[in-house]
Amino acid sequence: MNIAIYIMLASTLSMAISGVPGLLFSRRSMTGQWIATLLNLLATLLGIVALLTFVSGGYHSENMAWPWTLPWGGFAVGIDTITVLFLMPILGVFLLGSIYAMAYWKQTQHPDNGRKLRFCWGLMNAGMMMVVLARDGVLFLMAWEIMALAAFFLITTEDHNPCVREAGWIYLIAAHIGMIALVAMFVLLRLTAGSFELWMTIPSSVPQGMTAAIFLLALAGFGLKAGIMPLHVWLPGAHANAPSHVSALFSGVMLNVGIYGLVRIGEIMTVPPLWWGATLLIIGAGSAVAGMIFAVCQNDYKGLLAYSSIENMGIICIGLGLATIGRTCHRSDLVLLGLGGALFHILNHSLFKPLLFLGAGNILHATNTRKIDALGGLAGKMPVTAGLFFMGSLAICGLPGLNGFLSEWLIYLGLLRTAIAAHVDTLVWISLAVPALAITGALAVAGFVKLFGSVFLGNKRSAEVDHAHDPGAGTLAPLAILALGCVALALFPELIIPLLVSAAHAWAPQMIASTASFGSLAPLQEMAKLNVGLLIGGTAFLLLLGIVRQQKLRAAIPTWSCGFARPVARMQYTGASFSRMLAQLFTWMIPVKPAVPPEGRYVPQPAQWTQDVPDTVLDRGLIPGFALVQRLLERFRPLQNKPVNVYLAYMLAILLLLLLALCF
Amino acid sequence: MHWSINTPLVIVLLLNLFMLSVSRMRSLIYSAAAQGVILSALPLLLEKRIDSMIIIVALVTAAIKGLLIPQMLHKALRDAQIKREVEPLIGFLPTMLLGALGTAVSITFAAYLPMTQTGSSTLIIPASFSTVLTGFLLLTTRYKAITQVIGYLILENGIYIFGMLLLAAVPFLVELGILLDLFVGIFVVSIILNHINEAFSSLDTRQLTALKE
Repeated sequence: MNIAIYIMLASTLSMAISGVPGLLFSRRSMTGQWIATLLNLLATLLGIVALLTFVSGGYHSENMAWPWTLPWGGFAVGIDTITVLFLMPILGVFLLGSIYAMAYWKQTQHPDNGRKLRFCWGLMNAGMMMVVLARDGVLFLMAWEIMALAAFFLITTEDHNPCVREAGWIYLIAAHIGMIALVAMFVLLRLTAGSFELWMTIPSSVPQGMTAAIFLLALAGFGLKAGIMPLHVWLPGAHANAPSHVSALFSGVMLNVGIYGLVRIGEIMTVPPLWWGATLLIIGAGSAVAGMIFAVCQNDYKGLLAYSSIENMGIICIGLGLATIGRTCHRSDLVLLGLGGALFHILNHSLFKPLLFLGAGNILHATNTRKIDALGGLAGKMPVTAGLFFMGSLAICGLPGLNGFLSEWLIYLGLLRTAIAAHVDTLVWISLAVPALAITGALAVAGFVKLFGSVFLGNKRSAEVDHAHDPGAGTLAPLAILALGCVALALFPELIIPLLVSAAHAWAPQMIASTASFGSLAPLQEMAKLNVGLLIGGTAFLLLLGIVRQQKLRAAIPTWSCGFARPVARMQYTGASFSRMLAQLFTWMIPVKPAVPPEGRYVPQPAQWTQDVPDTVLDRGLIPGFALVQRLLERFRPLQNKPVNVYLAYMLAILLLLLLALCF
Repeated sequence: MHWSINTPLVIVLLLNLFMLSVSRMRSLIYSAAAQGVILSALPLLLEKRIDSMIIIVALVTAAIKGLLIPQMLHKALRDAQIKREVEPLIGFLPTMLLGALGTAVSITFAAYLPMTQTGSSTLIIPASFSTVLTGFLLLTTRYKAITQVIGYLILENGIYIFGMLLLAAVPFLVELGILLDLFVGIFVVSIILNHINEAFSSLDTRQLTALKE
């Protein structure tokens, strides 16, 4: 019986059409939005039913195929544990985002683009669902393209703003370069496997060059979507410029779809070459460290969150690389810990990153600015948002106490297993990724201390903060649910362990993977106890702090007065000054350019200090590179734009050339 | 019977060269008309079995190419008060030399083409290519809009000659359809010419580029 698939397809359909009725209603009526949200609710409920059916059925994978009239492929869909692990974030973030949008992006307040936004929102989620469900190459590519195009229209929701348009174009170009790579990859897969069926195992007789080409094309195509470091160029702009619930969806879900492709591609060879895993590991480590360095230097809080997504995708890639190496070397422990950690981190990232982006949406809504250094002291004005944002920050830093810690811990354990073996392990070099992961963690703490400290603590730095206040319950509830999810996974990781083990089993069926061996490899329950203790302790500490403040045992002085008699808000540490030292350490990597004001000769002149944070790859590599290409091509410009006679002469010349070619 | 087909084709080739070298608009139009009339007689010479359908088609072609279209062009010339001189981009002699070169190339080229017997033994293919080239030369080296119309007309004549090879395969109805297209096209262009002239008081195609963007 394939009940789960049928229900899942119904859920996808409900998503896809959720924005359609709204197109028929007036631009100023909320009816369309209500219908869309109800359809979204229906879709998510159906999806949950399907997931429960799947889980209660004992994780049996199901496959269905219908023929269609296209010359290639067929409508083949399937559901297995890996698919389910990727479906869960899609369903969850999708619904929470829709609910959030009910208050955040009201049709009545955004009559020009609300309907377009909801139409593409549903379409994009349906596209992602189909990507994950597809078991046919052609269907996969179609769903992928629907997702990519709908995402473009979501990014350019506010297309009256030139920044948004530019971010949209960069995204569109990147998405289509990725698409070309994927089309080429599926063609090669078809050549080796003989059909478009996914995800078949390539026979080992296929020449090495072919498998290498498939892997590299997949790395380019899926890596572009996941935002792995040198391919991340579209990501910061798109995340920062889209409406916040869309950023939450992109970061929490769409990047996962790229990772999904990488997970599947690791599966297509029974024994992949060692360099596959090594490449993933190295790229992942680089992406994690560099992503967080870029994040620390950002002055835009949504940009900081966007770069931190790159870092998290890097961590996931480290896990995936470890699992692929485990597959090569028949090490079931590496597969379990690597893949388990990667998939667990995907789930965690889909909880805390949407939480942070929705929180950022609340800040943006209240203050109308994305500059970290224009804010300050928001904790007093928006206490609930501040609290939830604080939890998200703790979780994303991978600090003990919340869920981010558990998944990173799994990856740490996996990496260290190569170093602690009794005999000299040939894979000991893998443990070199541990320091990279540790640096990433430290940088993440620095980045989020900067973010949280400058935005929520201290005194206000500009008038934008004056009228800020917590939004209504409709906007806060999705954040609270996500935060609860973080706590739940931190305290009860055993909820997720069977899924992870089953996924590892599905991914590498030739290796033994059971819950018992997982428990002995990684005593997650013990760690959960640590989390319980830390959470109780932390909450108690905060309560105590609240009581102390109530008692007014402290003198009321302005925050960070730094020993000045009459401190003003401008004397505070700004976000930029906080991260200055780190930024200076890494100027070779990210050329942060402060525009230092000219000094007056004798009398100080009035001066302004600004800081420009470029993206090294995009602003220093690609844009000058493309400009160079354009200058070269500009030389052909005189050939174009001519009177009609000249065009006809071109035709004559071509005609003569063709005739000559025919002669000789 | 080859001479009966080749003689009119040689005249067509000579007309091509003449049209490239002529400087009076009126002579150009007459030459194009003469070429059209000669071509309309070709099916009669080629087809072994002559029925009423072929005669009707030949008559209609001759009427349109020899009378109607030249008449319209003359009218446009008169109404739009176009100067009766062809304005060349390249001089008349160089264009004629180019045309002669093109004819020579066409004749050598035709020998290379993998053709059936009827094609290779007559001048049909060289004449067709040469006429197409002539049309193109007129189109590219003359400025006035009306000369360009004549260029298209000659281009079509070249294609028509090539069509003679397919006489058995293509029904005359198709040929008539093409003729109708040509007629309507030139009809429309001559009207447009008038309007352009009224609006911009010039028919120089160089100035038409100012219309873009």
